[in-house]
Amino acid sequence: MDPMESLAAALQRGDDAAVREHTREAIGLGRAPAAILNQGLLAGMGVVGEQFRTHQIFLPEVLLAARAMYAGLDVLQPLLERDNVPMLGKVVIGTIRGDLHDIGKNLVGIMLRGAGFEVIDLGKDVPPERFVDAAVEAGASVIGMSALLTTTMVGMKEVVATLEARRCRGQIKTIVGGAPVSAEFAREIGADDYAFDAASAVTRVKALLGVA
Amino acid sequence: MREVVRFPAAEARPPEEEVLRLQGITDGASLPARVRPALDSAFGLFEELAAPVGLVEDLAPGEFPAIYEGEGANAPNTPLPEIVERAAGLALYAATVGDAVGRRIGELFTEQEVVVGYLLDAVASAAADRLSDLLAEHFSDRLVAGGVDPDRAKVLPYSPGYCGWEVSGQRRLFARLRPEEIGIHLNPSCLMTPLKSVSGVLVGGTADTHRFRPDFPFCAACVTRECGRRMAAVRR
Ligand code: B1M
Repeated sequence: MDPMESLAAALQRGDDAAVREHTREAIGLGRAPAAILNQGLLAGMGVVGEQFRTHQIFLPEVLLAARAMYAGLDVLQPLLERDNVPMLGKVVIGTIRGDLHDIGKNLVGIMLRGAGFEVIDLGKDVPPERFVDAAVEAGASVIGMSALLTTTMVGMKEVVATLEARRCRGQIKTIVGGAPVSAEFAREIGADDYAFDAASAVTRVKALLGVA
Repeated sequence: MREVVRFPAAEARPPEEEVLRLQGITDGASLPARVRPALDSAFGLFEELAAPVGLVEDLAPGEFPAIYEGEGANAPNTPLPEIVERAAGLALYAATVGDAVGRRIGELFTEQEVVVGYLLDAVASAAADRLSDLLAEHFSDRLVAGGVDPDRAKVLPYSPGYCGWEVSGQRRLFARLRPEEIGIHLNPSCLMTPLKSVSGVLVGGTADTHRFRPDFPFCAACVTRECGRRMAAVRR
């Protein structure tokens, strides 16, 4: 089997030891780091993401694959940095100020990474200005915000207002999510989009950035 | 009466079906074999780290309306006031699985042990929910011990954030109950810490006390739709 196929297959099984091994093997065979990333790791995650979207597998199985992807990335990352391999886009994510719940946001981050985005995770209880500062500094195109309760989601509006005040609302898109958040709420606060779950967050962020 | 109730971690450990239900694994579908070791680790960590504790304090019926009114943000029409009017006993409660579990979940994500981290989160969520049920049983036993007929001592927990009772209602509930005594705090956004905590009112009564038609305007947007299951549980 081609090493890229073996790599993608090991990733789909969630076999982190094999992923690490096949990544090293592909590097040893002189494959370009960008090709190992795209045709091996991201190709495998793409299949897993699709299986999840079509309800063939459950979330913990996606996370097994994500863990295996991290094992491969640990080996590959220095080479990707050396070659300046571009990712699909940069996304800043965080849980809104006053909210300490971050499991949903973590899942969104994992899925976005698995789809080839560079994710800058600001953690939880993030003040509005911090979202904007981080996105501007990193040159990110999207800010993703998460909330658990109706009482905390109101803070999302401030991020949109801060972007507006700094005149960067056009360049930096916003997407919101979390149990109490809805598409209607996103529209009300002027966010660019809403995603129901982590899998649809990937589709929506791709659509926002016009990438396939 | 005000009572702190501690539970061994093993008693708060939720049944596996509950954790699987949170994953959308229902109706006899089984856990994929390759996820089993991670779920076993998550249950093991839960038993090692959880320090489940609850606080229950009796509430006179006359005290309830002012607490329930909260900050005036409840839905205009809600089922709880009528349920409470029919009640044989009321108590406020709060409970938590403690903060060590939450800390470990965070560490597991940082260490990229995302599968165990995610499953431990789900186990702790289901356990926090279970604490509401354990306290409901505890309160029911107390009502019976105090002379209430067992048929009138069927207890269900009702929480701010459900069935039209706005989450901001947490402020008055906390002001009256003061669950800081067991380590639960409310932040300015009405979020409790530790995160895996629950709060509300325990209502004791007959099975009919708890009955309502889930056709309020907010029922359409409800994501949990647990009321049918709850009402059926007190009929048994
Ligand atoms: C950037 O773009 C994006 C895109 C998508 C994004 C995104 C960002 N961020 C998230 N997403 C989305 O993708 C993620 C992955 O698919 C998802 O992230 P989530 O974080 O939502 O999903 C998690 C991975 C799994 N889901 C969860 O963990 C939440 C599930 C539900 C059932 C839930 C649970 C399990 C719990 N809870 Co409670 N809880 C509910 C939830 C109802 C529901 N069905 O969603 C909700 C959130 N809870 C609610 C409430 C009221 C409460 N809870 C409470 C407690 C609890 C438990 C402890 C029992 C438990 C754990 C809480 C926790 N999350 O750690 C209390 C608060 C806790 C606190 N610390 O203050 C309490 C206040 C009840 C009380 N008084 O005790 C409701 C909020 C209603 C509101 N008005 O705000 C609620 C919607 C239930 C309901 N009434 O329908 C999506 O939302």
